[in-house]
Amino acid sequence: MIHFVLLVSRQGKVRLTKWYSPYTQKERSKVIRELSGVILNRGPKLCNFVEWRGYKVVYKRYASLYFCMCIDAEDNELEVLEIIHHYVEILDRYFGSVCELDLIFHFHKAYYILDELLIAGELQESSKKTVARIISAQDQMVEAAKEEAGSISYIIAQTT
Amino acid sequence: MSGMRGLSVFISDIRNCQNKEAERLRVDKELGNIRTCFKNDKGLTPYKKKKYVWKMLYIHMLGYDVDFGHMEAVSLISAPKYPEKQVGYIVTSCLLNENHDFLRLAINAVRNDIIGRNETYQCLALTLVGNIGGREFAESLAPDVQKLLISSSCRPLVRKKAALCLLRLFRKNPDVVNADGWADRMAQLLDERDLGVLTSSMSLLVSLVSNDYEGYSSCLPKCVKILERLARNQDVPQEYTYYGIPSPWLQVKTMRALQYFPTIEDPSTRRSLFEVLQRILMGTDVVKNADNQRKVYAMKFIDAFFLFAHLLGIVNNYICTCIYIYKERDILLPCHLIQYFSHVSLDLLYGMCDVSNAKGIVEELLQYLSTAEFSMREELSLKAAILAEKFAPDLSWYVDVILQLIDNAGDFVSDDIWFRVVQFVTNNEDLQPYAASKVREYMDKIAIHETMVKVSAYILGEYGHLLARRPGCSARELFGILHEKLPTVSSPTIPLLLSTYAKLLMHAQPPDIELQKQIWNVFKKYESSIDVEIQQRAVEYFELSKKGAALMDVLAEMPKFPERQSSLIKKVEDVEDTADQSAIKLRAQQLPSNALVLADPQPVNGTPPPLKVPSISGIKLDHESASQTQSQPNGDLSKVQSQIPSADLLGEMVDPLAIEAPPVDMGSHQRVYREEDGIPDEVDGTAIVPIGDQANKVEPIGNITERFNALCLKDSGVLYEDPYIQIGVKAEWRGHHGRLVLFLGNKVTSPLTSVQALILPPAHLKLELSLVPDTIPPRAQVQCPLEVMNIRPSRDVAVLDFSYKFGTSMVSAKLRLPAVLNKFLQPLQLTSEEFFPQWRSLSGPPLKLQEVVRGVRPLSLSEMENLFNSFRVTICPGLDPNPNNLVASTTFYSENTRPMLCLARIETDPADRTQLRLTVASGDSTLTFELKEFIKEQLIAIPMGSRALVPAVPVPAAPLAQPPSPAVDANDPGAMLAGLL
Repeated sequence: MIHFVLLVSRQGKVRLTKWYSPYTQKERSKVIRELSGVILNRGPKLCNFVEWRGYKVVYKRYASLYFCMCIDAEDNELEVLEIIHHYVEILDRYFGSVCELDLIFHFHKAYYILDELLIAGELQESSKKTVARIISAQDQMVEAAKEEAGSISYIIAQTT
Repeated sequence: MSGMRGLSVFISDIRNCQNKEAERLRVDKELGNIRTCFKNDKGLTPYKKKKYVWKMLYIHMLGYDVDFGHMEAVSLISAPKYPEKQVGYIVTSCLLNENHDFLRLAINAVRNDIIGRNETYQCLALTLVGNIGGREFAESLAPDVQKLLISSSCRPLVRKKAALCLLRLFRKNPDVVNADGWADRMAQLLDERDLGVLTSSMSLLVSLVSNDYEGYSSCLPKCVKILERLARNQDVPQEYTYYGIPSPWLQVKTMRALQYFPTIEDPSTRRSLFEVLQRILMGTDVVKNADNQRKVYAMKFIDAFFLFAHLLGIVNNYICTCIYIYKERDILLPCHLIQYFSHVSLDLLYGMCDVSNAKGIVEELLQYLSTAEFSMREELSLKAAILAEKFAPDLSWYVDVILQLIDNAGDFVSDDIWFRVVQFVTNNEDLQPYAASKVREYMDKIAIHETMVKVSAYILGEYGHLLARRPGCSARELFGILHEKLPTVSSPTIPLLLSTYAKLLMHAQPPDIELQKQIWNVFKKYESSIDVEIQQRAVEYFELSKKGAALMDVLAEMPKFPERQSSLIKKVEDVEDTADQSAIKLRAQQLPSNALVLADPQPVNGTPPPLKVPSISGIKLDHESASQTQSQPNGDLSKVQSQIPSADLLGEMVDPLAIEAPPVDMGSHQRVYREEDGIPDEVDGTAIVPIGDQANKVEPIGNITERFNALCLKDSGVLYEDPYIQIGVKAEWRGHHGRLVLFLGNKVTSPLTSVQALILPPAHLKLELSLVPDTIPPRAQVQCPLEVMNIRPSRDVAVLDFSYKFGTSMVSAKLRLPAVLNKFLQPLQLTSEEFFPQWRSLSGPPLKLQEVVRGVRPLSLSEMENLFNSFRVTICPGLDPNPNNLVASTTFYSENTRPMLCLARIETDPADRTQLRLTVASGDSTLTFELKEFIKEQLIAIPMGSRALVPAVPVPAAPLAQPPSPAVDANDPGAMLAGLL
């Protein structure tokens, strides 16, 4: 299973974290510090897998961002590497050539999408189209609620 | 993000902070702000709450400790509107972990959403539980989640989340899923058409069976079906293909699930699985340049690989072939797999090399040489040298490679390698000037390896004069440059250098007085050397060089070497002895080396070769190194030699391909010789041999009967072999089931077509052969699993009717399969308390049969014990008071008889070993009879001729209709048998 997902920029800024195994706040900071040290300093020609504390960390760099996932030693690392790529493709489709800025200002979207892709550290959906459909349905629901909130009848109902 | 301006502004502010300190200040300010807002809770709209909670998550992500506001995040979960609820769920699942106390507060709200009717809320709740649910969630929510997962009214959207949610709960508390109640539902879930649900369910299954596979066997065939659907039928919606491959993740997960089952009992499921795996492993449709696709293949490969290995219990050649294919297609494999196979892949590279890829492979080996482990370097260099020799597109390339090899890894280059290159240069006139100029270039290097000095000295001595017109290559200059190296070399090299000097002196035209003086000085200096060889040469060369014309005679150019098998290959063979490697060896041997195109050895016109000058032993080192017959005149020698290696080579072919083979007796070698000489070999009339189709002239190598007999006593070996194909067998037996894998190995460089294998089963066996491909590609090996089930005891033998086409000639063979009675026996040792009651209870015919057997092969008691044990009838020592008697027991398995205890007693007569009394007892009369006959056959020394009659005993009509067999020879027992069927 995937124990956690980590998005770190080349400067070491964290862009997204998702923990599927219980880590305390302290452990989380430590893991992030330790791993970004390891991964950011790796040469570009080294392979995408790092053995780390009995686990394997699979990472891949897209432009300025490193996508990392930590898995068990006996898991199939190539499978996870493709999950990373799959996630990036979905982000790309959603944002339209996604860049780091998209993920900074819309970090909550990245979380929504990740939740449609992974649950319990396992792949939930392998169709980009399905994920895109679900996310856009969610967006519509949020929009609809906002419109409703903006309507005069709602304001009146709130004040009375 | 239009809706949350405040959040965007905050993020921009953080980004604009110049340093960490400024960032901290900004964060602290924001936290203070949020804290105040949360404190006077009253005026907080859900929208504002939502905004603040997001900010908290952002701050948390930045690495700051957020120790308040968890309550607010959790409270959003029970908000009535979707946007707030969504944020509540996401932020809660990010900020908290399963051990957090606040989470308990949420259990009720979460449960309400799960059992509520709103599927959007169900999704949110399931996601939260799936991501951070702990033990308490497991206990209170598992039944609800299970209900959602199997509900027919829920949409896939909800069910796939429910599957993973249940997986999480199961991990937290395995008691929530009980195999008894759940296995059937799990199996039903695997029939799901929606691939999202199926993917999630498969993850659930992997987790369940990794914990305990028992109870889930009903899922096994479904998994195989799924794999078939994906990999074979490619029956998936377009959106579920990933780089053209149908849901690779699901494939990987399915294969992973299958790995947790110890075996697959059902033969047809097993066969289907093998077919699919072969398809996956061979990955025939990989596009060479599609980078992503290659990666996806690799990811599937790992699990397919391990599953395959798991099922077979071995890493066999087939797998190695796959790895090679992947390597060749540049498909990335994870490093652990590469490490795992680093040794295998070296052998593979060696074995798979052919003319087309040799250059690349040899260069790869050379490159690898400088980084390889020390322990591997010698083997590497040897193999690189052999490949270079075998597949050299031209000889100058070969010379380049060897020199480069010596230069890169001189320490690991054995003498054989440089002897070999010298041999080539000597035998190929065109090569001589090139080699000389090449070594001359190396001599310019500052530091060169001693082996390089040796090879250079030898070549320059012999052929240096061919370069005389080139700058820097006059005899005197060559001497100068060689002599520079002399102080650096060890004493075995000095005699070589002395010989070179003598040759240089002889070749110097016109005679060079200055050079002569220098060389004589050297000779004089070494006249008193402590090393006898050096001393002797120095003295003799000095004397000879004074004789002028006589020197020319003695130091004439070396004659051509008689062609013979490369000593290098011999060396490799000596090293290799494992079964896998022998396949490679065989490959390597069989290839006619196109590098070895040499002029016929010239008879030496009466003049004794210079080698024979007894004192100059150093020069003839090559001849010594490999030839024992050097005292013979060269012409004769070559004749003898040209035959012996080829015989050896064919002898090697008799060796197993990937599996252990019966020992090869000299008889088969002899037969091969005769074949070589064009004398048609007599048909071995003793066995079911290829139908005597004289026209095709393809004769089997080795004795088929003996091969069969050997295979009756062991589980792997060669069943049949001819110049084009080798059929190996590997078998596993379990109870009344068995699995034979036929390895069809094409030995030649062209494909074998119209391959057909038909099983003619006797009535008591059920046999299922998986698909045999129509064509076997050049030098490929195909595996065909064959499932065997024993229905009742019988000594009849199954026959494989095998045929293929090589070029235009049709070759066919009828082969007995070693699925014989004793394979269904299970050794069993009994104590006297167990034995005698059974023995007494089985009294008299037909359950107990006794016979005096005459004409027994005389065996000592211990030999007889071994014989019995070898066919799995266990001798129980000490049960019979008479030391000349043996008592044995075994268990027989068949579908009809159940496991059946069999007992036997052999009373021998020490005075006459050719007769004995045999008593066999079991609970089944047929079994008793068959077993008695079987043991009798094993004991009687049957002359080869009559033995073949055993299978020719009329077989009860088999249920299968027999297709007409071509060209039936009436005298051939095999053909007769086929006719009867």
